[in-house]
Order: sequence, then structure tokens, then C-alpha cells
Amino acid sequence: MIDVKALLEEMKASPFEVVEVRAPHTGIVEFVVSEPGAQVHGTTGVWNEKPGTLLAKLGREHNAKAILAPLKGEVEKVFLEHSGRFVEAGTTLFTLRHYLTKDEVISAILKKTLHLFHAPEQAKYYFTPEIDTKVKASGCKCVRVREGMDLFIVSRMKRETPLAYAGPEGLIYAVYFQHNESVAAGEPLIGVCPEELLPVIQEVVNRVQGEWEER
Amino acid sequence: MDIEKRIQGLRDRLQYIQDIFGAKENANIQLLQSKLNDFLEREQTASQSEKSKQLSALEDLFEFLERKLERDLTPMDKVRIVRHPQRICLKDILENVYDNYTELGGQDEYNIDPSMIIARAYITRRVGGKVYNQPVMVIGQEKGHGQEFRNGGSVKPWGNAKALHYMKVAETENIPIHTYVFTPGAFPIEDNPGAAQQIARNLYEMAGLTVPVITCISEGGSGGAEAIALADHRMMFSHGYYSVISPEGAAAIEGRLRSGERATPELIESCARKLKMTAEDNRVMGYVDQILGEPALGARPNHYDFFKLLRQEVIRATDSVVLNVKGWRFFRAMTLSSRRARKKGKSAEDIYVRWSLSSRAKERLVWRRYQRFRRMSLKAYMDVTPFSERANNVLGELWWDIYSFFKYDFMRKHQKKISGVMEEIGGEIQVVKDKFSAPLEWMRKLAGAGSTEAVVTETEKSLTELSCWDEGSCELGNGSYYVSPQAREDRAVTCPNAATHGCVDLWAPDLFGDFAGVCSTCGHHFRMEYQWYLHNVFDQESIYEFSRNIESGNPLSFDGLDAKLEQAKAKTGKKCACTTFEARIHGVNCVVAMLMADFRGGSVGAAEGEKFIRAAERARKKHYPFIAYVHGTAGIRIQEGVNGVIQMPRCTMAVRRYIEAGGLYLVLYDTNSYAGPVASFLGCSPYQFAVRSANIGFAGRGVIKETTGLDIPPNYHDVHQALSRGHVQGIWDRREIRKNLHQALLTMGGRNLYYR
Repeated sequence: MIDVKALLEEMKASPFEVVEVRAPHTGIVEFVVSEPGAQVHGTTGVWNEKPGTLLAKLGREHNAKAILAPLKGEVEKVFLEHSGRFVEAGTTLFTLRHYLTKDEVISAILKKTLHLFHAPEQAKYYFTPEIDTKVKASGCKCVRVREGMDLFIVSRMKRETPLAYAGPEGLIYAVYFQHNESVAAGEPLIGVCPEELLPVIQEVVNRVQGEWEER
Repeated sequence: MDIEKRIQGLRDRLQYIQDIFGAKENANIQLLQSKLNDFLEREQTASQSEKSKQLSALEDLFEFLERKLERDLTPMDKVRIVRHPQRICLKDILENVYDNYTELGGQDEYNIDPSMIIARAYITRRVGGKVYNQPVMVIGQEKGHGQEFRNGGSVKPWGNAKALHYMKVAETENIPIHTYVFTPGAFPIEDNPGAAQQIARNLYEMAGLTVPVITCISEGGSGGAEAIALADHRMMFSHGYYSVISPEGAAAIEGRLRSGERATPELIESCARKLKMTAEDNRVMGYVDQILGEPALGARPNHYDFFKLLRQEVIRATDSVVLNVKGWRFFRAMTLSSRRARKKGKSAEDIYVRWSLSSRAKERLVWRRYQRFRRMSLKAYMDVTPFSERANNVLGELWWDIYSFFKYDFMRKHQKKISGVMEEIGGEIQVVKDKFSAPLEWMRKLAGAGSTEAVVTETEKSLTELSCWDEGSCELGNGSYYVSPQAREDRAVTCPNAATHGCVDLWAPDLFGDFAGVCSTCGHHFRMEYQWYLHNVFDQESIYEFSRNIESGNPLSFDGLDAKLEQAKAKTGKKCACTTFEARIHGVNCVVAMLMADFRGGSVGAAEGEKFIRAAERARKKHYPFIAYVHGTAGIRIQEGVNGVIQMPRCTMAVRRYIEAGGLYLVLYDTNSYAGPVASFLGCSPYQFAVRSANIGFAGRGVIKETTGLDIPPNYHDVHQALSRGHVQGIWDRREIRKNLHQALLTMGGRNLYYR
């Protein structure tokens, strides 16, 4: 059994993710953000229409391309030695500390603890009618799945085929697909949790919700 | 109880006065306040009769000072008057002016659009012992007294569509239309049928409505007002305003404010003054025919005398419009216009005029409406054409009239006969020619000369020169090659779609020189200058510009506009944002009106409108197709005020006249096209196409946010959205414009087009 509490402690020990910002292509770098510790934000807006913080400009053939912050966070390190110099594609220019949000922590824990059942091909996925009624009536956590159970309907261009579940027995903890939306091959469809692990996971999630401080 | 009501009445009046004058200090208002307070303090101790006496004195004082304050009203105060919740609204007018009415298209909040009210009403008059019930269609925006769901009279596109529908109903029923304008502007959303496109449709249909249309303007906000205000007679309430933009909007533009910033009250006040938006200003400029005097500080629902006056004037206006186009009118028309009769207390209701029109009268009505609008704003631009050129133009037009009469009217009618006679004459001539040329032919044969030489040269040419293996591949476009200034820079350009489409960087000379500003990976269109189109769309050296001496002016003497115009003229070398020319596309003649984004954003003022109308008239006279190429337009030039707005109906009417004469009117959008022009003479075209780089809409992102509070997606005005909403008929690649335009001219020309 996985020790979810240890997992949470581990995440608490380093509550951030370090993101490297690299040069997308060759060019001469001109830093806009040069101080470590500066707060930056990623793309925002309802339609992701507002660009992130401008970190640096990369000039190639008199075309200064903006290098923007991909995520919200804090600048950890600026590689100022490249300032005004020509760099190769892939050269690291910044490292950013992105502090994990509650949702990110929970999903990271869940991805590690749950058994994920992946979509075998790109299609729209639905639960079979009886499962669907159960999910709608009393939530997905009441649905017990076991190996070989007919769980999904795979719909491609209106041609529907049943799909059986494969994996350990347990309860559906998370549903990752949306009704009527196409899922790419390899994307997780559901996360299954063994029944005995359920209270532990629930507790960890509650603790994250209550204790995790977002920055 | 009665006294309490009177006190409350005075309180309301004082509150109203304070609302109107805002934060301004005024001794008269302070006096009213203190007098009312004094009375309220003494009220407890005074007897009933004393109270009544004091109240009467106080009411007299209110009346006197209201009249005095009336003289201090500034244009911005008038704006506050029309926006006040106590201002009369259309429902009050329906109740008090008409004898009975039935609301159509929904009631109150259960309505297609509660901000637009339609009512079938009637006016009863008793003349010579007989009672006449005369039906009218009443259409107008409704602000309501504090009714939120009315959206402040800001009509959504479907509200305007409803108005249009009932205008057509009125036309079918042959009854006059009375429209009442109470709108701060149209609600700027593009949802089908689209704010701009629907206003354009309304204007187009109203230009040809065959029933009298009478308009009363209280709050005339730009495009929203125009949607129902194209009328045979326009009246305006003395405290109303009619303007291209709200004073706040003008201040935001003048003060170059960013979103979220607020203009100072002084700037707003000065903009209100400079825009010349009051009834008096509009009457002087000729955009309204008549002013209806309101009571001091504006009409409110309890001013019954004002409703009586309104009823009289609406009836009189309808009568006079009808009589002007009718055959039988002599004494009635005289009485209607006679001041003596008016002084004697003879009201418009004492004369009976039948409001339905005969078919001849309908034609006259539409023609008079066109002429009325054609004559407007003629002084709002500068025309520096020398006398000789003007005379030349007049002669030229006369020649075209005669030529087109013979070619298109006379010939078409008598085509069979004429061609028969011509064939006969041709046959006769041939016989005579053969007889006389026989000896000459004999001598040529003897001399050994023949046509073989020509054949030899042709064969030699075909054998020695490079062949043209693909149709059109040898064509060098315009011959003169245009190099964009953007192509002269040594730099690389990144496509905005690079992140999603993986576009490679392009070298500017390649992109703007060889690729016509089109990304070679994803097809994104970068902006190109209008000169590129002139060189690459039309036949070589086929462009002939006309009306080039019409120049943008500053009719309202708006501060700073002269300098801005001078700057634009120096930058572009043009005199206004519209260039009109004749050109050919693969040999097909056409007339083109082009709006250039480089000249003050392609905004349309009186000069641009006049040039556009002249181009439409020229196309009609010459029987050429008419193309409006919109390189870019930001809307109506706000600094020209109503002189700019009036171009919306004017140009639309010219376009309608052209289309009805059988012409093909085609619009092509490029870069950004917004507001007034799209909501009128461009949007009314049945054939609108767009280059892939285009953005089309009614209002920009900032204006939508400010007026509706809605955030719009980044691609809201994108041409693909416009296509899916049905606002344009197709999206063209820039490199294929010449080919597509030619094909459009051939396929949409139809049989009633006569451009060949």
C-alpha cells in the first residue's frame, strides 16, 4: 500500500515545481527581468488572451521575439551571463519556482495513488447506461469496478462499441472525461482506488484543502 | 393629504433640478432649497389655510426660477435631462398623444426586445361632423421610468429587426409610421442578426419605404438612432440631443483615455458643447426640420400641454408630408403652412387628410426623401474644384446621360428592330463595297502582294518566342511593381500563429514582397498598404481618379481637428479618407470607392460621404458595377458630429438608388472595419466579402466592455466569425482578390447588369 501521508509530507517539503525557461531558438538575449525573486505570472484571461510576464527578448535577424513566463511563480535564477550574447536553442535562461496550488497537489497525489485507466484510442467516451445512472444518482465513488466489467461505450462517428475495464478492483474516485467531448488516445478516463485506501485518500485530500497554503 | 402631495411634488421638482445641474453651484437652486426647508420647518405650526397659501407662493417661485434656470442650461445639462428617469418616454407618448394603441411584438419584459416598442395606434379626428380613425404604426425605443429590463433604450439587433418587420407591415397596410428616438445608442453585440448589419438593413429598407415616416428625436445616439430615424420629416424635442457619440465617449477619445480611466467633468462638458448636439444646433445645420418647445427644464409625464402640442405637430407633419406628394392638396396645404391659421387657433386636426398614398404619390415620396437627404451636409466639406473642371464634369455627365439613354434604354427597347435594320443596311453596303473594290483586288493580285506575310510573321513569332504554357501565367499583373515599405527592412517576422501552427519566421522582403503579406505556413494575412491592392487588383494603368478635389473640413470648428487633418493630408497625400476611381479588372469596367485606414483611421465624414455618393451616382450613370473596397474604417469621424452621422442614411440611399437601377454593388473588407459605415452603406450590400486579414464589427472591445460590461473573446470580430454569422458571404485570400473579383463581377452580374 502506498503511504499517502509520506507523499504529502514530501510535497510539503518542497511545495513548488521548478520550471526552466529555455531559448526557443538561437539568438541574442536581452533580459527584461534580471532580478531573482521577481514575481511573474503566466497566461491568463478567460480565453488565455492575456500573455504572461515578459521575461526576455530573443533577437534573431532583427526580430526580437518575446520570451514570456509560462506559469505563475517567482524567478529563482537568472542566467545573466547570457545577457547580450548569442545563445543556442535550448539554453536555459531562467529557472522559475512555481508554487503548487491545492488542485495541483491533489491531482499529483491522486495520479500517484490511483490506478488510472487510459483511453485506448481517440474517441468520445460514455459510461454504460446503468453505470451512468448510478454515477448521476449517487456519485462516482459508489461505483465498484472490477476486471472485465463493461464500463464504457466508445463512440467514434456514431459507431459505438463497448469497452471493458481492466485493472484492479476498486471504486471510481475521479472521472477525467467530459460528456460529449473527444478524448485523445492515452489520456486517463477514470482513476480507481481500492476500497480500503479510500478513507486515507479522502483524509489527505481534506488535509490539503484545509492546510495547504497557496502562494 | 392634498398638501402633503404638493409638498412631495415640490421635493421631486427640487431633486430633479439638482440632478440636472449636477455638482454645479447655483444660487437659484440654493434659494429654492432654503425656501423649501424654511417652509418645512414652519409647516408644523402653521394652520391649514396658511400652509396652502405659502405652498402656492412656493410653487410660483419654483416656476419662476425653473424658467430662469432654463436659460442657464448647457448642452451637458440637456444630456442629463434626457437621461433622467423622469423624462417622458414612449409609453407616455402612446398614452397621451394617440387615441388608442395595441403593443406588438411583446409587452414589457415579455418581449423580443423590451427596449424597442412597436404599437399599432390610431388618431381620431372629427372634421365636418364626421369621425375619422387614422391608423399609424408607432415605433420607438423605450427607456421606461427606471425599468431595468428596458436596457436604457439600448436596442439589441433583434429589436431593430422587429422594428424593420413592422415597418414593412405598415408599408403593406399603407399607413404612416411615426418613430420616436429615445436611445443612447445600439447595444453593441454581433449576435445574429448583428448590431451593425441590422442597422444597415433598416436603413436600406427605410430608404425605399413607400409610406410617410415622421421622426421625433429626444435622445439620438448615433447608429441606434439612425436605425429608425431615416424620415421624411424630423422633429426634435427642444431639450433633446442628437449626436454621433455620447459626450463621455467623445471625451474618452479626445482625452486618449485607457480603459478604466474616467474623463474629467470639464472635458465631458466641453465635448458636449463642441459636438453641437442640441436641437438648435441640429436645426441650424439642417438635420432636423422642426423643434418642439418643451416646458422649462424638459418635459416630464405630467406636462399634458406638451403632449397636446406633440399630437398637433405630429399630425401636422404627417399631413404636410402626405400633401406634398399628393395631387389634391391646394387649400389644405395652404392652411397647414399658414401661420395666421395657427394663430387663430386652427389646429391640424381640423383638416382631414387621407394618409394612404397612391402608387404615383409613393414614387414621389421616395424621390423627395432621397433629394432631401442628398441636399444635407453639402456645406460640411470643402470642394476646391476649379470652375472649368466643374463645367467639364457637368458636360461629361450630360453626355453619359444621353449615351446611356441610347445604349441601354432606347437600344434595349428597340433592339430587334434596330439590329434588323442594321443588318439590312450592312448587307447593302457590302454589295456596293464588293463592286467598287473588285478592280483594286485584281490589281493587288497582279502585284503579288497577299496576306501570307502576316501569317509568316505570326508563325515565326510562335516558333521563336517562349510560349505561355498556363493560362494567365504570362500575365505580369499590373506591370508596375509595387514594393511595400515593410519589404524594405532587413528583418525576420514572426507569425502570430507560430505557437499553434508551427510557422517559421519569414524574412520581411520575402513576406511583404513576394508572398503578398501572407504567412507561407498558416496563411495568416499581415496587413498590407492600400497601394498594394491598387497595383495588384486592377488592370495596368486603368485607374482614373475622380472627385479628387473634395476635401475633408472641420464643419464644427472642433479644437485640434484642423491640425490632425493637415497631418493626415501631409502623410497620405490625399485630401480625405475616401478615394474614388474608375478602373478595370480583366477588361471589365467598374467604379471603386476606397476607404483608407491611413487617413484618420478611414473615418467617414461629410467629404468621404459625398465622394461615396458621387461614385455611386457615376456608376449608375455609366452602368458600371460599383465596388466599395474598405482598406479600413474606424467609423464615423466624431469631430464632425451629426455631419458625419448623416452620411449613414445619405450614402445608403445613394446605394439603394444604384442597386434599384440594376447595378451590382460589392463590398470588400480588409483590415479593420467598424461602426457607422458597416452599419449603413457597407453593411447593406447583398454581396460583402472580406480578405482574410479583416475584422468586422459594430463596436470595438473597449466600447463593448464599457457599455455592456461584457468581456468578449479575442476572435469576436474575426472575419471567420463574421462569416459564420452570415455578415459576409466569403473570405478571400489576398493573392486571389483579382481573380475572385473578376469572377464575382461575371457571376453576380446577372442579366439586369449592363457593365459590358
